[in-house]
Parts: sequence; C-alpha cells; structure tokens
Amino acid sequence: MTKHHIQTTLNGDEIDVLVEPAQSLLDVLRDELHMTGTKEGCATGDCGACSVTIDGNLVCSCLVLGVEVGGRNIETIEGMANGDQLHPLQDKFIEHVALQCGICTPGLLIAAKHLLEENPDPTEEEVRYGLAGNLCRCTGYQKVVEAVLDAAQVMQK
Amino acid sequence: MGMKPSPYATKIPYEEKDNKVVGGRPNPADRSDAIDKVTGRARYAADYNLPGQLIGKVLRSPHAHAIVKSIDTSEAEKLPGVKAVVTRDDFPDMEVEHAASGELMVNFRDVTRNMMAREKALYDGHPVAAVAALSESIAKEAMKLIKVDYEVLPHVIDVRDAMKDDAPLLHEELFTKGAGIEPDPSKKSNIATRMESKLGDIEEGFKQADFIVEHESNTKAAHQGYIEPQASVANFTEGGTIEVYTGTQGHHVFRAQIAKLLKMDISKIKVVPAELGGGFGGKNNVYLEPLAAQLSRKANRPVKMVMTRDEVFRATGPTSGTNCKVRMGCTRDGRITAAQAELNYQAGAFPGSSLPLASITVFTRYDLENVLVVGHDVVCNRPKVAAYRAPGAPMIAFAVETAIDDLARQCGMDPIDFRLKNAAKQGTQTHFGPPLGQIGYMETLEAAKASPHMNEPLGPNQGRGIASGFWFTIGNDTSATINISEDGTASLIFGTVDVTGGMRSAFAMIVAEELGIPFEKVRTQVGDTSALGFNFMTAGSRGTAAGSMAVVKATRDAIHRACEIAARKWEVETDQVVWENGHARPASANVGDFEPLSLAQLCKEATWFGGTIAGHAEINVAMGGPGFGTHLVDVDVDRQTGLVKVLRYSIFQDAGKAVYPAFIEGQFQGGAVQGIGMALNEEYIYSDKGTMENPGFLDYRVPVASDVPMINTHIVEVPNPDHPYGVRGIGEVPIIPPLAAISNAIHDAVGVRLLDHPMSPPKVLKAIDEAAPAQAAE
Repeated sequence: MTKHHIQTTLNGDEIDVLVEPAQSLLDVLRDELHMTGTKEGCATGDCGACSVTIDGNLVCSCLVLGVEVGGRNIETIEGMANGDQLHPLQDKFIEHVALQCGICTPGLLIAAKHLLEENPDPTEEEVRYGLAGNLCRCTGYQKVVEAVLDAAQVMQK
Repeated sequence: MGMKPSPYATKIPYEEKDNKVVGGRPNPADRSDAIDKVTGRARYAADYNLPGQLIGKVLRSPHAHAIVKSIDTSEAEKLPGVKAVVTRDDFPDMEVEHAASGELMVNFRDVTRNMMAREKALYDGHPVAAVAALSESIAKEAMKLIKVDYEVLPHVIDVRDAMKDDAPLLHEELFTKGAGIEPDPSKKSNIATRMESKLGDIEEGFKQADFIVEHESNTKAAHQGYIEPQASVANFTEGGTIEVYTGTQGHHVFRAQIAKLLKMDISKIKVVPAELGGGFGGKNNVYLEPLAAQLSRKANRPVKMVMTRDEVFRATGPTSGTNCKVRMGCTRDGRITAAQAELNYQAGAFPGSSLPLASITVFTRYDLENVLVVGHDVVCNRPKVAAYRAPGAPMIAFAVETAIDDLARQCGMDPIDFRLKNAAKQGTQTHFGPPLGQIGYMETLEAAKASPHMNEPLGPNQGRGIASGFWFTIGNDTSATINISEDGTASLIFGTVDVTGGMRSAFAMIVAEELGIPFEKVRTQVGDTSALGFNFMTAGSRGTAAGSMAVVKATRDAIHRACEIAARKWEVETDQVVWENGHARPASANVGDFEPLSLAQLCKEATWFGGTIAGHAEINVAMGGPGFGTHLVDVDVDRQTGLVKVLRYSIFQDAGKAVYPAFIEGQFQGGAVQGIGMALNEEYIYSDKGTMENPGFLDYRVPVASDVPMINTHIVEVPNPDHPYGVRGIGEVPIIPPLAAISNAIHDAVGVRLLDHPMSPPKVLKAIDEAAPAQAAE
C-alpha cells in the first residue's frame, strides 16, 4: 500500500510522517509517531479518549484521517504542560483526585482545555454538557467537574 | 468463596491510635501514578511496543451457535506479510479442572474453548482463528482468506428460554448438578447448576406473615464498560520463555492460566501488568494472552494484539442477565418473617455465572429467621459472563430491595425505619454460613435518616427512593516487599494490581505512618510476576484491605531490621530497641542513653551492621470486614416521555476506617454512576439471529457527565476488627443499590413499580400508561 508523506505541526514541532491512506490520525499518532498519550477507547467517535485539537478545533482523532492533517497544527496531551510546569487543569485534576484509572484523562483534559478557551467561566451544567463527549467509567464525573470548575477560577486570575 | 477458612490465614487486630498520615489528605501530586496519568506518560497495555513486533487479529464467529466443521487457513498463510495463523489445532485440549479467577471460578476445559472455539462456536464473536502479520491491514486482509465451514444451529439467548425443556442445547455433555439434584443421564440441560441455601422454616415464616409481597424482576446483561479495550503484547523466545505485557486485574493468576493453557512451567512465564484502563471485574479473564503467546511462538517474533470496542462488547464480559423471583412476608408491625428467592442467572456460553456470589448477598442486610434461596446457573448463546463489580448482587438487590419497599408501605412504615427494624448486626446468622461480625449497616441507615437530603423538597412527579447493599471483602494470597534505599527513603513493591492509584496512595500513607517518614518519601509500584510471590487478583474488594495487611507486615519486618541495626551499634538486644516517630530509640532508660537514630542514619550504618534494610511479607489474608451501604436518590419522571432524570443522590457506606477519604468518595461516586447507568440505560440487545445489535458506545449508552448530578458521599466508619487500620473493602457495594433505589424513587414519584431492567423511557412510559386507568379509577 502506497504511503503518503505528511508534513505537519505537532505540539509546536514540525514533523514528517508516512501514513497509509486508511490510517486515522489516532493511529498515526500512536503507531507511527509513538505519541501514545492519546488513547483509543472505541475508534468510532463515541468515547472521546482520543480527543486532540487541530488548529484549535476539538476533534476525535479516530474520526480524522492521517492524510488530512498536512500543514495543520495538532495539539495532544503531550503538549499540554509547559516544560515541567503542569497546566492548571492538570494540577486541578490531580488535586481533586479527578482521575482513577486514567485512561480517559488525556482526552478529558484536552476537551476541558478547549471548553475553558471557549467559555472561561462555565457553570456546573455547562461543564457537564461541555464534557458529555468524553466517557469516564471510574469517577462518576463529579471530581472531574469539580476540578474543571476550580481550574477555571485559577485560570481567570 | 466456598472454601473453608484456613487456620493459618492472617488477621491483625485493629489498633486504635491517632494517625498522622492515614485518614488524612496527603499532597495528591505525590501519588506515584498521578503525574504520568495527566501527562500521557502512563503506559497502558496498548502503549507497549516491542522491537520487531507483529500485529495480531482475531477472526470471530458471526453466528450465535454453530458447529465449526472445518477451518482452512492455507490461503491466509500464503498472503505476503502473514507470519503465523493459529486455530483450535494449535492449543492442547484441557481436562475439567477448576481454579479461582477473581471472584468467579474458571474451568480450564471451558477457558481453552472460550479463547478459541473447538467443536462449536457458542456466541456471536467467539474466536475461531487468529493471525499475526507485519501490519494490522495485512492481518485484516488475511482474516478474509480464512475459510470456516459452519453448520448453523438454533440458538438461545434469554435465560428463561434456555431453561425450557425444548431449548437448543449448548453442551452435549451438560447435566444439571447441585443441591437436591441427582444428575439424570437422559436429561441434558442448559441448567448447569442448581444451588440451595436455607435458614429456619420458610413455610412457617410465611404462616406468621400478615403481609406478603412477590416480585419478579428481569435484568439484561450489562457490560463493565471499561474505556480501555483488552490489549496484550507477548514475546515467546527461542529459549522457551514468555514475557507478556497486558492489562489485567491479576498478573499472577494470568501467568498460571497461560502456563496451563500452553502446557508450560509457570516460572518460564513473566507477566508484566500494564497500567490498567479500567476493569471492574472484566479483566479477570485471559482472552488475548494465550493467543498472542502462541502466535509469537509460531512466528518467532513478538506479537501485539488490541481488541476493538466491537470485540470487547461481543466477546468479553458482560455480567449475567437475570430472572429473579422474590417472596417476602412480614408482620403488621414490620418484622420480616420469611424471605424466599429464586435466582436464574445467565452464565453465557459456559457454566459459571455470578450466582454463587449473588446467592450470598440476597438478603444479607437483614436479621432473618426463615430464608430459602434457590438458584440456577444457565448457559446460553452469549459471551461467557465475567465478574462485574459486586458480581450478581445489583440484580437480586433490584428484586429484594423493591420488595422491602413495598412491605414497608403495606405496614405503613417509613422505608428506613422498616430496614432499621430488621437490620443485620453483629451476631446475625446468615443463610449461607457464618454469623456476621462487627458491621456498620445500621449506622448507614441512621446516617441516611439524619442527612439533609431527607429534607429536600420534592415537586410533582418527583420521588425519593432508598435501597441498601452488602458485599464481602475477600482476603487470599498477598505479597509485598519494602526496600529502604540508602538515603532512608522507601520503595514499596506490591502484587495486587492498582487500577485507580488508590492503592499506591493508601499503601504509601500506611508505610509513611509505620516508618514515621513523610508520604512523599515513599514510592509505591506494582511488581511484575518475577518480583514477588504469588498474589491473588484485584477482586472481591480485597485490593486495599488485603494488600495493606501485607504492607503493614512487610514494613514492620523492615522496622525490625532497622531496630536490629541500632541494637548492634548500641551493643544491646534488638528487643531493647523500639521504633517511634521515625527513629530507633532505647526501649527504656535502663537500656542506656543513646541518641535516637533516624532511618537515614541507620541506612548509613547498615552495611557494617549486617546489610540493607528491607522487609517482606507473603501471607494469606483472612476473609473479613464486609461492607454495607445505603443510597438515597431523588428522581423526576417525565410522564409524557417516560424519561427518568436523577436529581439528587446520596451515599452512606461503612468503609471501616478510611485511609485516603478522597479515593473512597471516588469509588462511591463511580460505583453509583455505573449502577445508575445500568438502571436507566445499559443493556445488551440481540437480533433474532442471536447477534449483538449494540456493540458500541453509541448504542450501548453508558452515563455521560450531563446525565448525572453531584453525588453526596458520607463515609461511615465502623472499623474492621481484624485489620490493623480497620480497613474494609469498599469498591463494590456502591453499584448494588442504584437499580432498586431508582425503582423505588420512580414508584414514589408516579406510583408504578418497575421490575424490568433497564428502566428506559419506553418501559417507564408503558408502565405509566398501563397504570393510568387504574390510578384514574382510584
């Protein structure tokens, strides 16, 4: 199968990668680039574990083809912290014990960051609807919602 | 379960003291797992890659029930890039032999047939072949070239249908065994087992009753719904050893099963437990591991296999679908006189449902004199059921706790008062075995009664429901090693898979407490099978409760060693040295006037005085410290659509003594939301061909953040008397009450009784419509 050469930006780095025409962005990230922080829970866009942003838009990377992302700006969980400085959302997830098994955590963090960029001061209900595309089976969501609301307060200061 | 308690099993009496670390709130950033999980560094099974690895895929039966007449893999093997194909011919057949695998038992004769069909395919999704190739796309292409000749047979999906005399039979050699049954060799059946347990005289009990309630409930199978699909990487070397990196709740148990299934020595196999992306009982069973190992053996290369979500739904888990009949009687003043139940549980394709566990939990919240519990374990053309958080209990609690609600109403009693009047307490005789020890059930009811939730106003079509749950805490083999590093910091290795980070944190707190060093000076990790002696699975709510017993013993072993070093330095006897506040000190002034020595100071002296400070424990922890919980829920029922919205939710549960309360709250909330999902949405749906119609998260709908409210948690603390820190198992109880609590709340809201699961809008609407003429007439 002929592979396509893709040049794109991943977490601020210019990268080159060869991708199969049918490979999803998720598979390209995980299998070709070894960026395994983005998780596969369903590969059908239902669970949000593979959430990333492309040019600032929140997407399920399992629903995007690798060949589509040439020349784009992709952000994944690996780019969320600034050096050894965690993003306030990462800090608050830890502080509120908003993660148990942690498999949904990268996707939830990416989705929460996007939510707060769109709506810096959300209500509880807005957080719940804003994260409704990200399944978490461990926490029952409460501590996740508390962490996002707390992070929003910190980030506004 | 079912085993006699060993007289050599370890119990350590509860030590009441003021703890500095345990029960508090250490800086969560010092959790051993937290930073890795928020940065994407944590390595789950699918994140492991070995040099030269192939990708393996499984070909699965599209039929619910079919004879596998032949499998022709020759074309697939010829495809360039295909390195190995395995079928039933590549695995030895197994004799009937049972072993514990989590809370359920497995039979190796069936395990080998479940991982790869032999005579028949018994469910949609049953593996029939597996391929290893250079890439996933080649492996998928190869699967299309495998020719399987099936003879399709009639199938049976529903448990009641499977019990009928004329039902299609799954197993030619299956005859009903069990209580009151002489196997009749002329009568083959899908009923694998009949169980019976009783207390007192049930007929006499019903004679004494003024009110009798009968409930028949039906529940559909529900999946554990962990977000991480099963994944394994196996590396079978030319030297005959295997390394397996996998997502498992019990790597030692998996190692033993792989050895058995491949006829190898256990010690030739190393299983490395990856960070686990949720299990809830569903990762107590091998699926991919033996296939990946055998493909690796044939191809002489590492093989990686990852399930799709479709495969997870069709071929792993779920919990049993059930049919339960409950009959209970009470006197006019609210004393239960008789309690009878029949439990009919789907086992899936092979015998072995959660029935034995469910049978224990049925009425075990109440102090009863006359009990009869009968159960049937029934095979049907579904995936072999796996444990799912308090396996079997939510379904029977659905029937029992709703019957309790109706009895209370008939007596004109408040449902909490009715439960208090009949509540189990220390000394209550159970129907299945020993009397209960010190428990905290009544305390959970009192806490619920006193909670502000009870005073929240309810609007029209809104109702409040209550229900309770019980689950035991199993013990079993548990190992831990603590190594005190040269700088006086501690590295703990333990053998019980930590799914949430809660164990790593709780154990670090206990080590810090025991050693008298700060929480952040303790690093905790799960050791692979080569690091420790055999350690049982994360199951039966045993993780923190049993694990911490080994941690305490190992740490005290290390403390003894530290004291020995101080004694040698001071030239006194070891028993003249005590450990206090992180220092070795003379036991009394008579011993001598010596400056206390810290762990770091002792480490500097260790080489001269005999060697490194370390401690270890390999113990069989005694079963004990069961947990009880009570849930309160308020719902709003939309009479036009049948939609049930959860408005308010509160949990009151006895945790023994809480080690890390924030994690316990998380277990309560997470378990309850799984129960809410099961109650309102989640169900396996089958086509008339016996194929699963909703094998994805779009159609098998687990709760999302906007489906649930904030959940209040109240940790009741009645210490487990047989644990040094009073810890009880807490993980499973929270999933038990929600089905019944929500049914009770719906009844309170709109006066209809839902006993058909899930309580989805069409069913609720139908119940309301059917009740409407009756209610209008009242």
